[in-house]
Amino acid sequence: MTLPSQRFSASRLSSARRPFDEPLTPGSARLLPWTTVMAGSLVTILPWGATLALLPPFGLLMMLAWRLLAPLSLRVWAPALLGLFDDLVSGQPLGSAMLLWTLSFFLVEAMDARSGVRDFAQNWAIAAVSIAFCLAGGRLVATRLGAHVDSVLLLQIVISILLFPLAARLVAWIDLKRAP
Amino acid sequence: MAPSKDRRPGFSRRAQYSLFLAYILGIAGAVMGAVLLALSTFQPAAFAMLRAGVAELTAPVSGAVATGVRWLSVVPDTIGSYFFVHDENARLRAQVERSSRALVIGREAQLENARLRRLLALRDRTGEVVVAARIVSTTASSTRRYGLLNAGSWQGVADGQPVSGPEGLIGRVLYTGPNTARVLLLTDAESVVPVYRLRDGRPALAAGRGDGLIDVRTIDTADGDFRPGDVFVTSGTGGIFVPGVPVARVLHKGTDSAPARPFARPSALDMAIVHRAFMPPPPPAPAPAPSPTPTKKPAADADQ
Repeated sequence: MTLPSQRFSASRLSSARRPFDEPLTPGSARLLPWTTVMAGSLVTILPWGATLALLPPFGLLMMLAWRLLAPLSLRVWAPALLGLFDDLVSGQPLGSAMLLWTLSFFLVEAMDARSGVRDFAQNWAIAAVSIAFCLAGGRLVATRLGAHVDSVLLLQIVISILLFPLAARLVAWIDLKRAP
Repeated sequence: MAPSKDRRPGFSRRAQYSLFLAYILGIAGAVMGAVLLALSTFQPAAFAMLRAGVAELTAPVSGAVATGVRWLSVVPDTIGSYFFVHDENARLRAQVERSSRALVIGREAQLENARLRRLLALRDRTGEVVVAARIVSTTASSTRRYGLLNAGSWQGVADGQPVSGPEGLIGRVLYTGPNTARVLLLTDAESVVPVYRLRDGRPALAAGRGDGLIDVRTIDTADGDFRPGDVFVTSGTGGIFVPGVPVARVLHKGTDSAPARPFARPSALDMAIVHRAFMPPPPPAPAPAPSPTPTKKPAADADQ
């Protein structure tokens, strides 16, 4: 059993840059959020033999985590391009993630502007709203209304929301390496 | 966590303008997305080339990972099979004994069938095998059900060809790249396959539901009398699907539609065989040549 302080120092030693390491160059520091979001989108190319669509949209989770933990890492025009890439590999109709991710980004902007100091639970709630919006919107544009996909969609939304802290943890770890 | 101060850029004109421009670009991105979405909704084949290009790059990765997973999954399977060999052997012996009689009847029926067909001089079209390939991935995060086949137009795969696995029908090819093809799986909500019932030859339609099952529907208003266990195979109507490939087994009773479970489970998709379309669509009719002399014929018709 480790004490919280021990765990904290251990994780700092293992994850953050060591005192005399050079920080990343500005170019690669700016590129890093993009590559991690695209890597999240590429999770769909792993050989899933999926009967049901239960895999969370990892690209969206990474993007929301970047936006909520490091607000300046992605500009408001980034989700359109990242969404285009996600559409190309996810099987959704082209343009759906491009539109929905940008709209959810604006949604996060609006909530960000109207909230004061937030803790992680509030960030999680904002992410949950955005995830539900994107997945429900993606279902509406991709599949006709009569299809029996709604209960599975609900399950996918719940799984995605529960996995958001993991994405946030990952993004925080990467951000420690990135930031000066 | 403090709210970001990004929205108040201070007095710097440069910061103000760049923030304004970022928002303009963001809105432009959303509008662009809406336009692309409308295009791909009304013309689903519009971006097939782009998607096929990306699939060309991702399919080798999927294939390599799948090979690794197969290698690893062999280990527990091999260990597990050792424990049940004796029981399985006894069960299989009993099954062989039970089915030997049915086999003889089947052979007789086959012979008789061939003889009757010769008498009728029936001209059969058999689906030619184009290629055998692997389904390397499926769309696991989208509500649409697509598979990615690692063979494409260079291997002879073309749009609309039926794809089947060892257990039964998998789907049909939507579009092809040079080395990859996108397969619309049976369970997709847009997939409809003409089938008939093995029990009595009653025709029906197998439409995907989107949740891993298939709705079998009657094609007329009469009671379909679907019973649990009814097996449906492709009928070949429409000229795409090769007839006689198992499609699904009905789960619950139904009158005009009933849920059925497909034989080819997407979670076990591996090898797939692409057949040539059973009866490919006829080539477009040549444009009628303009008649050189509009002569007195119309006038004669008018007189009558």
